[in-house]
Amino acid sequence: MILGIDTSNSPLSVALVNNNTVLIEETHNLKINHSLTAMPAVEEIMKKAKVVPGDLTRIVAAEGPGSYTGVRIGLTIAKTLAWSLKIPLVTVSSLKVLTANALGFNGLICPVMDARRGTVFTALYDGDTLEVVVPDQHSDFKNFLEQVRTYERPVLFTGIDLEIHRPLIEEMLGGMARFASMQNRLPRASNLIALAADEQEQDVHHAVPEYRRITEAEANLVKTDTGTSR
Amino acid sequence: MNEDKYVLGLETSCDETAASVVKNGTEIISNVVASQIESHKRFGGVVPEIASRHHVEQITIVIEEALQQANLAPSELSAVAVTEGPGLVGALLVGVNAAKAFAFAHSLPLVGVHHIAGHIYANRLEQEMEFPLLALVISGGHTELIVMKEHGDFTVIGETRDDAAGEAYDKVARTLNLPYPGGPHIDRLAHESTTAVDFPRVWLEEGSYDFSFSGLKSSVLNYMHNMKQRGETPVPQAVAAGFQNSVVEVVTEKTLRAAREFGVKQVIAAGGVAANKGLRKSLTEVFEKEGLPFYIPPLPLCTDNAAMIAAAGTVMYEKGLTGNMAMNGHPGMPLSSWI
Ligand SMILES: [Zn+2]
Repeated sequence: MILGIDTSNSPLSVALVNNNTVLIEETHNLKINHSLTAMPAVEEIMKKAKVVPGDLTRIVAAEGPGSYTGVRIGLTIAKTLAWSLKIPLVTVSSLKVLTANALGFNGLICPVMDARRGTVFTALYDGDTLEVVVPDQHSDFKNFLEQVRTYERPVLFTGIDLEIHRPLIEEMLGGMARFASMQNRLPRASNLIALAADEQEQDVHHAVPEYRRITEAEANLVKTDTGTSR
Repeated sequence: MNEDKYVLGLETSCDETAASVVKNGTEIISNVVASQIESHKRFGGVVPEIASRHHVEQITIVIEEALQQANLAPSELSAVAVTEGPGLVGALLVGVNAAKAFAFAHSLPLVGVHHIAGHIYANRLEQEMEFPLLALVISGGHTELIVMKEHGDFTVIGETRDDAAGEAYDKVARTLNLPYPGGPHIDRLAHESTTAVDFPRVWLEEGSYDFSFSGLKSSVLNYMHNMKQRGETPVPQAVAAGFQNSVVEVVTEKTLRAAREFGVKQVIAAGGVAANKGLRKSLTEVFEKEGLPFYIPPLPLCTDNAAMIAAAGTVMYEKGLTGNMAMNGHPGMPLSSWI
């Protein structure tokens, strides 16, 4: 019995999978504080599925990137459950989870999470195999799209923040760009669990979020150290 | 017969990731603290986002250590207690969510503890509380005088109107170019000094138990500035001693007055600044003269730790004050009574 948790952005998704069958999945995009809702959601789906903590055999969590706090809440819950129950923990890129919505697309898949000031968390995955073409990163979106353009292949964009960036994408890529339909823009914990089958188990104590971005304080420190601030 | 109660405490409100097991609310079985001071030093203070990142890295490690040292299985615990607030929101959330997941995994009751209640109950790990009591909580984030008539009954009679005492210590330390955290360095310099610069005492209105340290801090900054303008070199020891004398005199005097007015049987101090030698000495002397029992827990129980959270959490658990999976971190949580 596998429990999956993704709270890495404003949507929340939790699911239970048993013997390759999705038992239950709850996904919402209500932008409610994950700290309030993540554990109640886990409790609720387990209750509905009549699953007790002792039945769980594996925990899968989205590892980031995304909202720092969101990623931490999901991973803290996943780590603590896995460690407490002495079961394996597997983590999957939060961007890759989004691409699973478009598996089979003949081209490239570009998951997008807005990170403000024209920047995004993004990556490029192969639509057929979901193999990494350009790794997860925090980038200026315009620069990233210039790189995307060089592949000269159709690109399917997905993610809940797509509409914010749609004009830029259309301007930069024109007919090469496709957009996931609205129901395929949310992360789904069942996808997360499916993707985890190919990933290695984590050392629970040392599993940490993949923030893909250093903190502002560290960035400022680097600036002063190298004297690039003026 | 009453069975022994073992409570696991978690504390992540600021820059310490801590877990502890306490027996019956009074006896420390294990007390594990992973300090982050080293990582924050280069920034001259706690960086909230970095604190939160460290908590995620440490949380299951400290819980495991606390249980291993206690030689207890989760099934032998009575409850899990965690700091619910106040504190840095991102930091609190790690502890709260870990506590919820642990409690859920083992079907244990969950208790959300106020950080200040924790600091006060740190004393119960040393000797039983006697009511009414007066607690002075003095740290980097707090300067409060609290009267308790019984367990879980808190009346805040005085608090800081601006900076916490520890904050003022850190700021003054920075102007003296002392490393972070500055409190212990000021305390040391003050002790080395035979002279002290005369800085004002801020008493506020007649009868008030509130504190204000930002004026004192500004006087120190002005003094340093004026010396520099005149081309003189300030003596750091004398500045440290002058600053500390002012803090210690006001805090001691207000604590004594409050103890008299509320007719308490016991006075306790807690929080990181309570470890300050100058303050410790002054309070000890004054209450000895007054003939009132006065206690300060040893240093590891003054600074943030999880044993204090487990100690307070045990009493809350006994009163049936448990939470559920919707518990959240509350950065500005007020100290409210349990009764
Ligand atoms: Zn504290």
